[in-house]
Order: sequence, then structure tokens, then C-alpha cells
Amino acid sequence: MSRLIFNLLLQATWQTLEMVLISGFLAVAGGLPLGILLVLTGPSGLSPMPWLARPLGLLTDAVRAVPFIILLVLLIPLTRFIVGTSLGTTAAIVPLAVAAIPYFARIAEVSLREVDPGLVDAVRAMGGTRWMVIRYVLLPESLPGMISGLTVTLVTLVGASAMAGTIGAGGLGDLAIRYGYQRFNTTIMSGVVAVLIVLVTGLQAIGNLLSRKARHDAAGH
Amino acid sequence: MTLLAVENISRSFGSHTALHNISFNVEQGDSFGIIGRSGAGKSTLLRCLNGLEKPDSGRILFCGEDLAALPEKRLVPLRRKIGVVFQHFNLLSSRTAAANVALPLEIAGIAKAQRQKRVNELLDLVGLADHGHKYPAFLSGGQKQRIGIARALAANPVLLLCDEATSALDPETTDSVLALLSDINRKLRLTLLFITHEMDVVHKLGHHVLVLKDGHIAARGTPAEILQNSENSTMPLPDNLSTDAQNGSQAIVRLTLDLKEHPLTPFLIKLEQNTISATILRAQPHQNIEQPAMDVLLHLPAPTEENLSLLNSLARSVEVTGYVTPDL
Ligand SMILES: Nc1ncnc2c1ncn2[C@@H]1O[C@H](COP(=O)(O)OP(=O)(O)OP(=O)(O)O)[C@@H](O)[C@H]1O
Ligand SMILES: [Mg+2]
Repeated sequence: MSRLIFNLLLQATWQTLEMVLISGFLAVAGGLPLGILLVLTGPSGLSPMPWLARPLGLLTDAVRAVPFIILLVLLIPLTRFIVGTSLGTTAAIVPLAVAAIPYFARIAEVSLREVDPGLVDAVRAMGGTRWMVIRYVLLPESLPGMISGLTVTLVTLVGASAMAGTIGAGGLGDLAIRYGYQRFNTTIMSGVVAVLIVLVTGLQAIGNLLSRKARHDAAGH
Repeated sequence: MTLLAVENISRSFGSHTALHNISFNVEQGDSFGIIGRSGAGKSTLLRCLNGLEKPDSGRILFCGEDLAALPEKRLVPLRRKIGVVFQHFNLLSSRTAAANVALPLEIAGIAKAQRQKRVNELLDLVGLADHGHKYPAFLSGGQKQRIGIARALAANPVLLLCDEATSALDPETTDSVLALLSDINRKLRLTLLFITHEMDVVHKLGHHVLVLKDGHIAARGTPAEILQNSENSTMPLPDNLSTDAQNGSQAIVRLTLDLKEHPLTPFLIKLEQNTISATILRAQPHQNIEQPAMDVLLHLPAPTEENLSLLNSLARSVEVTGYVTPDL
């Protein structure tokens, strides 16, 4: 492999990581509160509010229903407004985050609902407020599931960021399209695929390890 | 002094009445048992007592307030005066045993140094001083329940509620946890209100008993009074009763007690002195007999020659009705 190809791959990997990690961070920052809100205001939640839970759920699923490739195009005006341009790595983060927030929110919601309601009862019976139930029960008890969910989200983002490459986002997808597809450069194509495989299996391995560590049972030690 | 007064509470779920016009008082320092079959409404009643469930009508007077009428915000400080022990322990798996015990103190806003001191005291009290650093997944059922009890006691409650605190435990562990609760009631003078479906638990722990049947109060009195009233027998014959003794199986024994020679309570004490662990499934007074006698159905985990001959020496007649295999 020539030095040039190696540099291209390295730079693209770095761009992909940047897109995935920043939009992953935004997915948690936006999706976790949304997930908590969905659980709390849901029918069996701590403060049932159907007038809020239903529109929130609908909005969440509406965004998830739009295929990412269409979302990319639809969000160009928003991206221009926020970033100033619709091209490049930074610009790709906007649609990636918009897609990942509802995705992670639903995943977080599932983890939160899996928390034993007996534990919520226990903390309420101690005189815990709603906020204390979130802080002492819901968040720490769902942590292992959240970490697994975040891993899934990041892996999905790796794929989506490659798709963002088609509209000039940079990163591994962009590289594969420009050199691998349009110029039939099989070295670059197979290089990209190899890096993607390493990236995804690496993310998954780290996620599994952290999730196990967070579990505090026999499997985690 | 009355600590808790329940006045005419009712609670329905849809068309199903879970509690119907329940009234009782719990005196300061009492150990008050509520017994009933599954579905009788015990848990619903207990959840009303700390405001986790609202009765449809009636009053629950505690510390000069009516828990049935208070909004959630004002229930929060009152709940800190009521400790709860749960059937399935409900320990947070994300916290060590010590951190679980510390939680009610954290919630009450107590400073860290004080918290630590109190946690150590409590771990000592429940006999788990060396286990504070362990996560719940690494504790046995009995140890988890001891941590559950320590946690319930942490914020110095004035009332301890126990929802089937021992029904997830094996017989020996049950006895040691019951002894701990009884100790707490006597030595710390903490008022205890517990619910159970086992007559044995009432017998070992309760001073006063309420029998709950389909949401109604079917009887009330001391454990001895309840035990001697056949109407209130709450335990049926086990349905996995078989006629042949398999390896390790436990016996169901029917015996007739001469109440003049061996009244029920002394009989049970005698069993305990001889370290025979047995559970009374049913106790029924004999009819048409000149001498007062009682038909007792016992669950005998260890039906050895020795134990059976001791029963023979205490009872007028002893008959092994069948065998059950322990469901563990
Ligand atoms: N949230 C609820 N919604 C509908 N029905 C309920 C609810 N909680 C309890 N019930 C019903 O009320 C009745 C009493 O239930 P409860 O849990 O109080 O019984 P229990 O005496 O504690 O039984 P167990 O010994 O099985 O715990 C049952 O018939 C149950 O199905
Ligand atoms: Mg119950």
C-alpha cells in the first residue's frame, strides 16, 4: 500500500471517528432526556401526562421513519443555518445527530422500562422525590443497558456517516465512493472495508466490556 | 398510645374490590400481623399505609396527618418516618450493601461522615459488618433481607412495614430473620406491622393479628386466638402431597393434641426447645369430644424417627398424612 493511500485512509478514518463520536455524544445529550421524559410521562410512569407523552412519541417515531438518505437532503437548510455550509465533516454531524437522537431515545426508553418497578417503589417508600428516583434508581440501574444501547447507536452511526459521504461529508464513505467506486481503486475500497470492520468490532468489544463492568454481578468480575 | 389508625378504608381496581371497609389501630411498640391468602389485599393495604396507593375512601391517621388525603409532596417527609422491608428485598444492584443502607440517609440529606457511622452501626446490628462492600448479587437471600432490614431502619423510622419479608427465604433463614425482626421490635421498641400468608410467621412474631379475606377483615385477635379458630385457617393442604417418601422429602403430619395436657403454645415452645423446625399448616378444634382437643396439621421438614417419637410423646395421636418434596 502506498504512502498516499495510507494517508488518505488515516485522514478519512479520523473524519469518520469525529462524525460518529460527536453525533454520538449529541445523541446521548438529546436522546437520554427524551427517553426519560417518554418513560416518566408514559401511561405507567411516575407522572403520566398523555398530552405530552403522545406528541413526543409521535415526533420521535416520525424522525425515525424518514430514511437517513432522505433526512440528509431534507436537513440541508437546517445544516446551512447552523454550520454555515452543507458540505464537510462538521456539516454531516447535524443530520447524523438529528437521526441519532430519537434512535437513542427509544433505546434508552427500553432500558429505563426494564428497571424493576420494585426498586422505584423502594426509593419512593424511603421518601424519595421523583428526581431522586431518576438519580438513584432509573439511571444507575439502567446503565448496563444504556451502554449496550449506545454501542448499537455508535455502530449504526458508523454506517450512516459513510452514507453522509455521498453528499460530500468526508470520511470513509466519501473515500470509498470517490476512489473505490468512481475510479475503480480496489485497494482503497478494500482498505475502507477493512477499517470499517475493525472500527465496528472494536466499538462493540469496548461496549460489551463497559456494559459488563457496569453490571456488578458475577459476569462483571 | 395509638401510632397508626386506619378508619374504614376501601380500595377498588375497576369492578374488583381489593379492600372493603378496613379499620384497625396499631399501638406504639406493637407487633401487628396481617395474614391472608394470595389476593386477599394485603399488599394493597400495606401500600396504602405509606401512601404509595391511595384508598378510594377512609382515613389513615399517622403522626397527626391523614395519609389518605395528603398530596404527594407532603407524603414525602412522612414516608421518611416509615421503613419498609420487601419480599424480594428490592436492593439497588448498582450499589454496594453499605451504599444501599446509606440511601435513606442520603435522601434525608444527612452528611457523609454521619452517614458512614450510622451505616456501620446498622451493619453491625444485622450481623453483616464484614459484607458492606459487597454488591447485592454476591449476597445470599438471607443476607439481602438483612441488608433490606438495615436499610429500612437507617433513617430511624417510627414504624416498620414488612411485606412478606421471609417468604422468599428457606426455613432456617426465615427463622433467623424473624428473630432479628422480633429483636428490633423488643429492643429498639420499634412498632412493627407485617403481612404474611404463613400462620407460623404470625405465631413467631405477632402480638396482634388481623385476618384478611377477600378484602374484608375476617377475624382479629392474638395469634393464639386466631390459631384456635378453625374458620380462619389460611393454609390448605399442599397440592403436591404424595404418599411415598422420596429421598429428602418432608412430611405432612396430622396430630391430635390434648389441649389440657399440651396447649398449643407450650407445644410449639417444646418443639422449638428440641430444635424441631415445623410449620403449622392448620389447627382445628375437635368437635363431639369431651376433652378439649385440637387437630393440628404440621409441615415437618425433617421426619426422622427421633422427631416423630418426640411428637408421639406430646400428642394423643400422630399420623403421617403424606410427603412433599421441598420446592427449591
Ligand atoms: N394495580 C392494580 N390493578 C388492578 N388490580 C390490582 C392492582 N393491585 C392489586 N390488584 C388486585 O387486588 C387484589 C389484592 O391484591 P394484593 O396484591 O393486595 O393481594 P395480596 O394479599 O398482597 O396477595 P399476595 O399474597 O399474592 O401478594 C388482587 O385481586 C389483585 O389482582
Ligand atoms: Mg402481596
